[in-house]
Amino acid sequence: MARVHSVLAASVLLVATAINSVAALPRKLASSVERLKAVGAEGQGNSAAQAAWNEVAKAKANQIPELLVAMDGANDYALNWMRAAIETAVQRETTAGAKLSLKSLEVLLRDTQHHPRARRLAFELIQKLDASRAQALLPEFLQDPGSELRREAVAQLMARAAGQTTAAKASAVTTYRQALGFSREADQIEDIAKRLQDLGDKVDLAKTFGWVAKWQLIGPFDNAGEVGFAKVYPPEERLDLKAELAGKSGPVKWFPYETRSEYGLVDFNQAISSLKGAAGYATAEFWSDSARTAQVRLGCKNGWKVWVNGALIFGRDEYHRSAEIDQYRMPVSLKAGKNILLVKCTQNEQTQDWAKEWEFQLRVTDEQGTPIVSTR
Amino acid sequence: MKLSLLLTAALTVAGSLGAADWTQVRGPNGDGLSSETGVPVRLEPSSITWSVSLPGRGLSSPLILGDKVFVTVGSGARQDRLHVLCFRVTDGVLLWERQFWATGRTMTHEKIGAATPTPASDGTAIYAIFSSNDCVALDLDGRLLWFRGLGRDYPNASNSLGMSSSLVVVDGVVVAMVENDSESFTAGLDARTGVNRWKLDRPKKANWTSPVVFKSPGQPNRVLLQSAQGVTAVDPTTGKIAWDITEGASTVPSLVVNQGKLVIPANGITVVEPVPGEAKPKSVWHSAQLRPGTASPVVVGGRLLTLNDGGILTCADVQDGKRLWQLRLKGSFSATPVAAGGHLYCVSEDGRVQVVDPSKAEGVVVSELPLEQTVIGTPSIAAGSLFVRSDSRLVRLGGTALR
Repeated sequence: MARVHSVLAASVLLVATAINSVAALPRKLASSVERLKAVGAEGQGNSAAQAAWNEVAKAKANQIPELLVAMDGANDYALNWMRAAIETAVQRETTAGAKLSLKSLEVLLRDTQHHPRARRLAFELIQKLDASRAQALLPEFLQDPGSELRREAVAQLMARAAGQTTAAKASAVTTYRQALGFSREADQIEDIAKRLQDLGDKVDLAKTFGWVAKWQLIGPFDNAGEVGFAKVYPPEERLDLKAELAGKSGPVKWFPYETRSEYGLVDFNQAISSLKGAAGYATAEFWSDSARTAQVRLGCKNGWKVWVNGALIFGRDEYHRSAEIDQYRMPVSLKAGKNILLVKCTQNEQTQDWAKEWEFQLRVTDEQGTPIVSTR
Repeated sequence: MKLSLLLTAALTVAGSLGAADWTQVRGPNGDGLSSETGVPVRLEPSSITWSVSLPGRGLSSPLILGDKVFVTVGSGARQDRLHVLCFRVTDGVLLWERQFWATGRTMTHEKIGAATPTPASDGTAIYAIFSSNDCVALDLDGRLLWFRGLGRDYPNASNSLGMSSSLVVVDGVVVAMVENDSESFTAGLDARTGVNRWKLDRPKKANWTSPVVFKSPGQPNRVLLQSAQGVTAVDPTTGKIAWDITEGASTVPSLVVNQGKLVIPANGITVVEPVPGEAKPKSVWHSAQLRPGTASPVVVGGRLLTLNDGGILTCADVQDGKRLWQLRLKGSFSATPVAAGGHLYCVSEDGRVQVVDPSKAEGVVVSELPLEQTVIGTPSIAAGSLFVRSDSRLVRLGGTALR
């Protein structure tokens, strides 16, 4: 217990020392940072940001950690302005022989309250200063809220597992399993699953990804000439799973559908018919224990729209270019209790072999990609 | 007054372009031709002046301005890290690098990536766009002038196979074709600030062609936008349509301007000639026999050359489209050939540089050099050299090495 206290005390001292070594930003520099953070959509604030950027890029080495902290709350445009200014300042300062404080960067890196991109940039600066130190820090980020740090930490674990395969297969499986548990990126998960399979360990991909598998489907409705994408069919106005509706070629009714695909594919060709110029709907109940923010992640190469609790989240009318897991990530707010997901999926009239698919895959995750499964 | 005139003159000089700079895709005039002399014709391993590794993948062409070569790169598992790098021409030393986080969608076909479109320069700045539709302006020393997230501003402006239209900059406007199946547009961005000068709705159809600047003595500049619908000429300062050809055109290889005529990939090749005061260009000839693949056509010394994906180089008389000869090159091709000193430089996807003399009765491969790297992007010519960017390296062939 005493040892824990002394470690904690040492950590507090390290933090305090590091923070004391960070220069508070002078007023002119702070004001320039604010102008960078004021940039917005369609180039808003760009003119003012141009002069401000030159000021921020003049920052001294000891001001870099504070500039990284200042990235908190910045929008995605401003983060890029800030990044370029910080990198420019770092390049000039280090060329001139100034030293960046590794301790300050590490303190910022470890503080998950800061913006994941500021922390990532801090990590990259540490990599440049001391690559081996950066490697040693990586295991701390296996559960990091920042996807870039987390991915790299998982990749390091995978590399360790790869080194174990010939010597100790069981150890390799254990390490890959650990990596699988930490990974949140679809391609990395698939890579780990393949390596485990090569070692004789089968991964339940459907469970790992956490697809919404149980749906009610209805269709086909007309999408000849792709007009059905914009057309409001009855399910968009009122969801009545008992209703019989006028479809593309006669009356249609809702019916239950459960995907058995390890990639969660809801396949209208298989469930309804291999039609062209058609639209289908899928709806599912999604139960949440609490009100919370989440992401609906969709993969689809057809036209599509997604509603959550009756509100249109997003839609896209691109056909047969390509699809991948988590292709579209849409922030949503879930209610405590029952939530209703509705997906419209439209097929066009292309006849090529590569234009057959009429399907989507959907899962609900947190911001990092951890699957959230319906509690009922 | 005198001082302001002097300052204006100084700024003009500072922002001027060198005669042999390579300032955009397919060179200063967008026709694949360089006035550079001394580019090596007999390539051999010793022709490689320097070769440097890049921090990621890319297809964009390098730009060369004076003693600097600029190249864009995409990195990361999701190609969501965007790089602009500046190297010294003489020795390949990295002068600066800037990185950005993509704000738009980064998904592409595996053959391409974030750094597919080629940047453009007006001599004062580098304007770079990526497949995510993030667009950035940097001065030649790497100072950020502006950043635009066109894929963030217009969230359905993307292509799940990737975007490849390169930029042009003309009359103080950066023209970005963001044409796709969904939220399809072309925008004229103010070169000083990046804000929209104009935004023109465009056909909802995926389009990988690049805009071309059309200059005609005594006439206002036009930017030519090629799409499945045809070719549209717009005023770069306002985005207003000057004229339209609506007979359709390719969505992959881009047109080339030769002697005031437009050589358009359109179910073969169609040649038209804009006439001042006329509502539409007049038709000159069409040939269904000349079929460019991914590579755009090029005209060298009155000879029109098209290259298909399988490596068949076809030569025709640009006056009437009459086919003169065909030559099978080694390999598969995506890169557009470029030319200097009457020779054509063709780079296959497996990195084999083949130098062709197109002036004879039959095409002749003068020399070839296997770089043994994947090359999808079009090479550039400047400083007595050919610059080839592969999926992992930037290579300078010829020119003078730093001693």
